Amino acid sequence: MAEATRLSSNGTAQRGPYISVITNRTTNLLIRGTMLFGVGVFLALVLNLLQVQRNVTLFPPDVISSIFSSAWWVPPCCGTASALIGLLYPCIDRRLGEPHKLKREWSSVMRCVAVFVGINHASAKVDFANNVQLSLTLAALSVGLWWTFDRSRSGFGLGVAIALLATLATQLLVYNGVFQYTSPDFLYIRSWLPCIFFAGVITMGNIGRQLALYECKVVQEKIHQD
Amino acid sequence: MTVRERLRQNISAAFYRHGLLCASYPVPIILFTSVSILTCCYPLLKLPLPGTGPVEFTTGAKDYSVPSHEPQGDLGERPDWYQGPPVAYIQQVLVKAAVSPWDSSLVPVDVFRSPLGRVFSLLEEIRNHVYTDRSLETLCLQVTELLPGLRRMQSILPEHGCLLVSPGNYWQNRRDLFDSDPDILKTVHQHEPKGIHTSATLKDLLFGVPGKNTGVSLYSRKRVVTYTITIALSSYDARFVASLRARLKQLHPSVNCTLREDHMVHVHFKEEIGIAELIPLVTTYIILFAYIYFSTRKIDMVKSKWGLALAAVVTVLSSLLMSVGLCTLFGLTPTLNGGSIFPYLVVVIGLENVLVLTKSVVSTPVDLEVKLRIAQGLSSESWSIMKNMATELVIILIGYFTLVPAIQEFCLFAVVGLVSDFFLQMFFFTTVLSIDIRRMELADLNRRLPAEAGMPPPPKPGPLRPREAPPPPRPSPHTITLQAPAFRNLRLPKRLRVVYFLARTRLAQRIIMVGTVIWIGILVYTDPAGLRTYLAAQVSEQSPLGEAGLPPHLGVAPVFPGGDPTSTLSVLPAPEPTPLPENQSQGHGASRPGGAPLTSPQISWGSEDEEVWRRLSFRYWPSLFSYYNITLAKRYISILPVIPVTLHLNPQEAIEMRHPQDTQHAPRSSAKTTDLQTDLTLYKVAALGLFAGVVLVLLLFCLYRVLCPRNYGQNGVQHGRRRRGDLPCDEYGYSPPVSEISPLLLRGHSMDIECLASDGMLLASCCLAGQIRVWDAQTGDCLTVIPNNGYIRTHTCTLKCCPLSLPGPPLRRRVTPSRPTLFGDQPDLTPLIDTNFGELPPSHTTVGFGFDFGGLVEKAYKEHEASPTMHFTAPTPPVTPAPPQRRRSLGDPPVAPPERINVSPGEWDSSVWSLELRGNLIAAGRSSGKLELWDAVEGTLRCCNEDGSSGITALAFLNNRIVAARLNGSLDFFTVDINKPLGLLQYRGPPGRASLPSSPCYSSEDVISCQLTRSVQCAHQKPITVLRAAAGRVVTGSQDHTVRVYRLEDSCCLFTLQGHSGGITAIYIDQTMVLASGGQDGAICLWDVLTGSRVSHVYGHRGDVTSLVCTNSCVISSGLDDLICIWDRSTGIKLYSIQQEVGCGSSLGVISDSLLVTGGHGCVSFWDLNYGDLLQTVYLGQNSEGQHVRQLLVLDNAAIVCDFGSELSLVYVPSVLEKLD
Repeated sequence: MAEATRLSSNGTAQRGPYISVITNRTTNLLIRGTMLFGVGVFLALVLNLLQVQRNVTLFPPDVISSIFSSAWWVPPCCGTASALIGLLYPCIDRRLGEPHKLKREWSSVMRCVAVFVGINHASAKVDFANNVQLSLTLAALSVGLWWTFDRSRSGFGLGVAIALLATLATQLLVYNGVFQYTSPDFLYIRSWLPCIFFAGVITMGNIGRQLALYECKVVQEKIHQD
Repeated sequence: MTVRERLRQNISAAFYRHGLLCASYPVPIILFTSVSILTCCYPLLKLPLPGTGPVEFTTGAKDYSVPSHEPQGDLGERPDWYQGPPVAYIQQVLVKAAVSPWDSSLVPVDVFRSPLGRVFSLLEEIRNHVYTDRSLETLCLQVTELLPGLRRMQSILPEHGCLLVSPGNYWQNRRDLFDSDPDILKTVHQHEPKGIHTSATLKDLLFGVPGKNTGVSLYSRKRVVTYTITIALSSYDARFVASLRARLKQLHPSVNCTLREDHMVHVHFKEEIGIAELIPLVTTYIILFAYIYFSTRKIDMVKSKWGLALAAVVTVLSSLLMSVGLCTLFGLTPTLNGGSIFPYLVVVIGLENVLVLTKSVVSTPVDLEVKLRIAQGLSSESWSIMKNMATELVIILIGYFTLVPAIQEFCLFAVVGLVSDFFLQMFFFTTVLSIDIRRMELADLNRRLPAEAGMPPPPKPGPLRPREAPPPPRPSPHTITLQAPAFRNLRLPKRLRVVYFLARTRLAQRIIMVGTVIWIGILVYTDPAGLRTYLAAQVSEQSPLGEAGLPPHLGVAPVFPGGDPTSTLSVLPAPEPTPLPENQSQGHGASRPGGAPLTSPQISWGSEDEEVWRRLSFRYWPSLFSYYNITLAKRYISILPVIPVTLHLNPQEAIEMRHPQDTQHAPRSSAKTTDLQTDLTLYKVAALGLFAGVVLVLLLFCLYRVLCPRNYGQNGVQHGRRRRGDLPCDEYGYSPPVSEISPLLLRGHSMDIECLASDGMLLASCCLAGQIRVWDAQTGDCLTVIPNNGYIRTHTCTLKCCPLSLPGPPLRRRVTPSRPTLFGDQPDLTPLIDTNFGELPPSHTTVGFGFDFGGLVEKAYKEHEASPTMHFTAPTPPVTPAPPQRRRSLGDPPVAPPERINVSPGEWDSSVWSLELRGNLIAAGRSSGKLELWDAVEGTLRCCNEDGSSGITALAFLNNRIVAARLNGSLDFFTVDINKPLGLLQYRGPPGRASLPSSPCYSSEDVISCQLTRSVQCAHQKPITVLRAAAGRVVTGSQDHTVRVYRLEDSCCLFTLQGHSGGITAIYIDQTMVLASGGQDGAICLWDVLTGSRVSHVYGHRGDVTSLVCTNSCVISSGLDDLICIWDRSTGIKLYSIQQEVGCGSSLGVISDSLLVTGGHGCVSFWDLNYGDLLQTVYLGQNSEGQHVRQLLVLDNAAIVCDFGSELSLVYVPSVLEKLD
């Protein structure tokens, strides 16, 4: 809810007196980036908790430490990545000249986030017979997510590219021994990782596009008024 | 036709029929759905309530055998978890010990020091007990080590060995440590958490009884110490346990103990939800709520937004319940954790269909019947709904074939949920929607009537804008934030300020959101298995570490609770301990001869001691075992019957065991205070909660009271149902004296009044039938009746015998595609067009079109009756059966309209579209383009000008000039020439105190001629909608988004004002050269007439601005949204707004700078402009309940003329006159 309320409140604020501030491009970019960063950090914490749960015993030693059970750099990394992705998506849309048309509403974005959390939930909670099955299921779910909420070629391409990049980065990190997976099944990492990355990219892109919509609206309005 | 097409058509047809069905029989269908929902949910009753509390199962201890892993069919009552060996067998030894008889020489510490000291010998006994070849070591549950996080408990909890817990653990089970411990209470309590803790503290853990019952306290009245020694056995050896029991009983007999010993209780623990799982769960729920919030927010254009949102949520929720119920019915018990999959199910099922349905239905043409609208809306979305559903089903089917049990179960639920959701959407939601739309239609009907009529001089095409394209909801950028300073300046009532604050910050919505979150939080927190216990456990674990460095809490000054015998005693250093003989034990005969207040502690055994663990938190066992990384989730433990041990110690023994510091120490209050603190905190929390609840209720009440005045404008709704004889009263029950204002009813028109004009003394009105009546504005007498050019008889005849005549205008509007519905509200609802229909040869109407015109007219007529709102959708002319005559007359004036050829060019086919009155001259603009000047008193036609052929939509009569705006966008300036010098009209009566307009008066002898001086052919690109003249300026507003200012003298266009993004619908200009304009975009612009610059620009309405009035300080606007907004004129800040009742938004007038009049349901209301207070409501007629005041005209002598239906009402406001002075 935190991000949702923040977003909505921002939406109303943009129509307020800060209209000049909002229409200022860099400020707008900054605000959007900050919000996306916040969303990314929040989701990273929550989802990490979801992942960590599996291996944790009944009583995690500490509530706080269980929230921050991963290394400190993981949430900021996720936040930065999500900010970048969220800003990149509308930008690419503008460059390609094919604006995202499908269901541009907050409810749809919320649904997308919920499905994303659900995918993570499934990857963490559901017992699969083997890892191939898990990966395939998650891949299908991710593509379904894209089809339901995005359906743009650019979104798909960007998603795949970023997912691959992120997987590669993870691979490198694991190679260098920064961290390890408890049960790696595919070249030292979990094979479902790209799927999760892909779904995350689609989700963040969705949020970013929705945020950018406000900017467009305001700018249009301003032009209109002038 | 492909299969797809055919399928699509079939689906569409089926949905259409279904929509018809739903809208036709709403009540039976809703009943049917409710019954089916209940039926499907019935199996849910059998489901156990979700929860994670432990489940018990009791077996006999005698013939106990370890249950096998294979489920045995015959044991019906045996729970399915009772399989295999338990995690542990728990043997508890319940020790009750007391120093008896109590002696006055004993200090309070003696109550528990020696009884606790006995635990070591008991432990010794238990540890060393051997039956045949078995000792405890072989049977007990061996634990390895504590969890890594619990290192600090290493010294307390047993490690490496038997899991045997007793208070002795505080001293590592060593007697010498105990003996040398100067302060037992401190040792015990140093591990206790502060604040609220409900369960499984270390003290509970070691003592095995709730903290209050231990008796380890300086102020224990009973002076009986209770504790347990808990032994966890890994295997059950009945004989060993029995021998241990016998041995202990033999050593420490309990005389009056009748505890049952033949029952074994097996406790099964369910999976626990930790905070780590709760956070994601809560997050998903939050996302779910956000989703629902954002979804239902989109529901628009319906009567009750909240109602529909509720229906949508009910649809989804009950479909979920139905799915679970159905699955249970068919033997599929849900094993998944319902709480965690529920949000995903909702998300999968989604609210989208519901929203799509609503959107599609509300976007159907409003003029259709409700049934048809529902049916059309359904069928137009049928294909996408079916496609979506098929896609989702396929996806779920794919998910089903993943063959992962959890996903399969989820998919199964989702499939059933989807199907039941579809069912509910089709039956429940559609029906609710139809009911809502019907209500909307009714409201709509009321709303559109007055807008249709419009104000006489300015035609307002606003209401005719197509509904499908509602004005874009304008964010009002300037109005929201800058209000604060204005509020400081203005003496607004407080409650209004509060209301605006609420409205500005959308506080209510946010409070609801926050409330939901808090509610979830409370639910989570109070859930017995939820956060609180977990936190408590967490805290209790952390506390030893946290308190390690803290000073003991006995630094407080000693407290002597008065009347407590022990405390008075305790100050004494026990000078002469009176040793009592040992045989005088057993708790009898301790009473001294002197009748000392001391009572000997009595040890009694009751049934509550049988299962002492019940009094502990159910988290007791799980937390005990969890310290050793043993989870009890989904497993069970078997608790053996408790072994009672009674210890009686004599005072001598107690004194011997004293630590030297026990007596030196002042009696401590620590134990008491901690207990007290705990209790106090609980009470505090309870009190705070109560207080918060009361405050909340009060707050809500205040909010309600504060929000109530927003209904001021709806006084008609609230009081409209007033019975005859009841006095109308306002919000505060104040009933104004009725005698003060009495409306005069002016009757005479046979049809609805369309045009109204006045110059203060006289009042001219024109009705649908074309009849013009002139009234005396002061007495209400009808002075003149000008029939419709003498053809009145024919017309009444036409009207009477040809009901089809009425729908003419709608039909006309409907079919003009190029100029969509611009002049629909012109007062041209004349029967004449339709008499044309009657008279025209059929060839004329059917030429080239080939449609059944009669049927169409009939249909249009019906539609007209159903909703005369005339929001005809220009883009969607279904058949477009354009009657040629109107279209031509609208479209291109150069071409001679055929009807003019067919029908005699006589003027009887034209209706009065606009009316102006100056002096005793009535200027009437007709639809045929003719301008007529009538003598108001004598009723004779003085002059007539037929220079133009396009209908005159608006007239302005100023000085001796008349400006006529025509339908084709041209503007004609006429000059009225009088050949004889001006003479004062005899019939003018005494001049009113208000300054009369400087209009010339003409005597009846004058020969009046009307010359077209100038015609501006293309004044506007599009038809002129508004024309106003004042202060030597003529202002026109047009559909082409511009306002033009002309000089009256030389017809010169001074300015073209651009700034609106929609057609102009309202203009105000007065003598002080204030110019305000309102447009279809809901914007209001204030202009400087001298320079042509825009002074301010505000967005005020969700829809057209229907009328505008300015006073010295403020601008009053009303819009299609039935809101009257009052703006500060200089700053453009909205001061406040008045919600009018539906359909009465456009009628308003200003009597003085501080008095506003608005029309309502059969009444007019007077408002104080400065405060926004309702001053008075005047009911017009006796039987005017259903009639709206559609036009309202403020005369100069502070009278108000308003029309409702075919009657006029003249309200003379004496009190206002006083105000004016």
